[in-house]
Amino acid sequence: MNKTVSIFAWLAVGLLGAAAVGVIAVHRGEPINALWLVVAATCCYAIGYRFYSKFIAAKILALDALRATPAERLENGRDFLVTNKWVVFGHHFAAIAGPGPLVGPVLAAQFGYLPGTLWVLAGAVFAGCVQDFVLLLFSVRRDGKSLTEMAKEEIGRVGGFVAYTAVIAILVILLGVAALIVVNALKDSPWGTFTIAMTIPIALLMGLYLRRIRPGKVLEVSVLGFFLVLLAIWGGRWASLNPAMAHAFTLQGTTLAKLIISYGFAASALPVWLLLAPRDYLSTFVKLGTIALLGIGIVVLHPTLHMPALTRFVDGTGPVFAGKIFPFAFITIACGAISGFHALISSGTTPKLIARETETRMVGYGAMMAESAVAVMAIIAACVLQPGVYFAINSPAGVVGQTAITATATISSWGFPVTASDMQALAHAVGEQTLFNRTGGAPAFAVGMAHIFSQSLGGATVMALWYHFAVMFEALFILTILDAGTRVARFMIQDALGHIYKPLGRTSWYPSILATSALVVGAWGFFLWQGVKDPLGGINSLWPLFGIANQLLATVALCVATTIIIKMHRTRYAAVTLIPLAWLVAVTFTASWHKILDPNPRVGFLAQARVLATGPATNATARLIFNNRLDAAVTAVLGIMVALVLIESVRQWIGVVSGREEARVKETPFVMTRLAEERG
Amino acid sequence: MRRLFKAARIVRAALREIFDEAAYERFLSRTRMLSSADAYAAFCREREFGQTRKPRCC
Repeated sequence: MNKTVSIFAWLAVGLLGAAAVGVIAVHRGEPINALWLVVAATCCYAIGYRFYSKFIAAKILALDALRATPAERLENGRDFLVTNKWVVFGHHFAAIAGPGPLVGPVLAAQFGYLPGTLWVLAGAVFAGCVQDFVLLLFSVRRDGKSLTEMAKEEIGRVGGFVAYTAVIAILVILLGVAALIVVNALKDSPWGTFTIAMTIPIALLMGLYLRRIRPGKVLEVSVLGFFLVLLAIWGGRWASLNPAMAHAFTLQGTTLAKLIISYGFAASALPVWLLLAPRDYLSTFVKLGTIALLGIGIVVLHPTLHMPALTRFVDGTGPVFAGKIFPFAFITIACGAISGFHALISSGTTPKLIARETETRMVGYGAMMAESAVAVMAIIAACVLQPGVYFAINSPAGVVGQTAITATATISSWGFPVTASDMQALAHAVGEQTLFNRTGGAPAFAVGMAHIFSQSLGGATVMALWYHFAVMFEALFILTILDAGTRVARFMIQDALGHIYKPLGRTSWYPSILATSALVVGAWGFFLWQGVKDPLGGINSLWPLFGIANQLLATVALCVATTIIIKMHRTRYAAVTLIPLAWLVAVTFTASWHKILDPNPRVGFLAQARVLATGPATNATARLIFNNRLDAAVTAVLGIMVALVLIESVRQWIGVVSGREEARVKETPFVMTRLAEERG
Repeated sequence: MRRLFKAARIVRAALREIFDEAAYERFLSRTRMLSSADAYAAFCREREFGQTRKPRCC
């Protein structure tokens, strides 16, 4: 393209983006159209990718297309494989996109649409995409080494140990929270419970079909599984209308929790090909299709956002979760802006597939932008709801009251009018008995998504089908994560225990499988049970705990990245990772301090324990006090460990910059690519 | 039109990679086996180690 035309085109993109962000930021009083968010996001991503990622690629990382990647040097047709960049992009995106970017933004919408949108855009462009990009490249230059291995090599043993422990902690907390989201979406919902229950035999059937009838035809069986799931959604309506079936599938939170814990234990011990692999294929199929459909739906229908830009709850008194906009908005939304978990994937499967270093930019930076776009869609889905409806769905009974009358009166008194009959009509439209106190984000997202879809396809008559499709979509994700996450945590523990007693490290030794599975399931089951029994809905305490753990892992990842950049003699550009690191340190340590020591019992774990200890004692009081103290201890331990990594990293930086320590990076030596020769 | 076909081919290739169909084909050509229940079982066994350790994000 002619250079002048290019300059003017990018200038136009910049001005359009600035105008869209300006409208989002200053508009007050009246609803705005969702297209403003879409335009702002598109322009920010385009400029971030074209200029910022190119700057990082050229000035800091010095991407070298002639340097052979591990996929080329170590190609074995299995883990290491030269792969088309678009294929790697799809693979990477499918691995990083989970329920996180859908749930976090929905919960953070209690502050209004503005804080979440700004954090998702700025966080992704300046922090999340950068983290995923640089970690991917650093792993490529180290034969596809994992984050924990890089932390150990570049920062030291403390870094490796903390990264390892943070990964286990985050997995356990994540699994507990994810299971809680499913419980809250399915409790007292015979339609939803029936549909999700049916996905288990469908996955088993897919596994057998793949193994016995049409070996290897995964796309074919995924399409078949998808149609069976649609049939299960349709069957769910029948189940909810049939008195006997409705009775059997109307389950309370505690019953669902017990079932999910039992399921998690059984699923992690079943052969992978029978349940995990087929359900993973099915959930990926549904995930990619639904995200694409939601994106098209939002652009074509461009719905109006009814949630105000900012709500009164920026002061920390929010009903969905307690805590001020800073720091809690920034730990509630992780995956859409920056997520430590992504560092595990950027240093896991993906670096072993990259054909050229130059492709890490598109895969690492680009896929995170796509993930961020999913978070923007989630914000839109939550904010198309009338605020009163949003708060009625997401507020726990402990905050707004047990009955429909008290809940609607409380929410209306906040300035968000809603009536019991509105909520009853909405529940009826989506095929539920009630939508009150459905905390966790998934039901609100499902209602928003059903609202958007039903405007174009089928109208109000199929709103219930869309709602249950959305619930199924999220629950399917989460069940896959429960099974896969339990196995990943189990193997990590087995690896560690193998150093103490060799047979415990053998992944095929059944006593070890059962013991470590029970340990992992027991750990996340504990958090799930705690959430189910929590009078404030569980999400209030567990989602921030998860957010803190996830962002602390991102802190470790950025420490590793900054250390390597400094050792590469690029100190003058270290701000690229140092500024996001400083921001995350400020956010996570402030959040940790609040969650442990804040005198407000809705925010601070210890304050809540004190209130419980001085209040009227019930059967549950002792357990609730213990849970709060344990949550405080977990937060403190995570914070202390990450502080140790920070101190160790800063010590390394000072040593290298002052010349006291040799700046030696542990890269694999340069080998000229053969791919360049082959291409002539 | 040619670009459209190229894009469709890439999408298909990405889907085949994501859904492990391409990996199964590579396995068959590497082990010189024909597609069968036994071959797929061997493929699943080989991949089990990697698949169960593959983290999926939240």
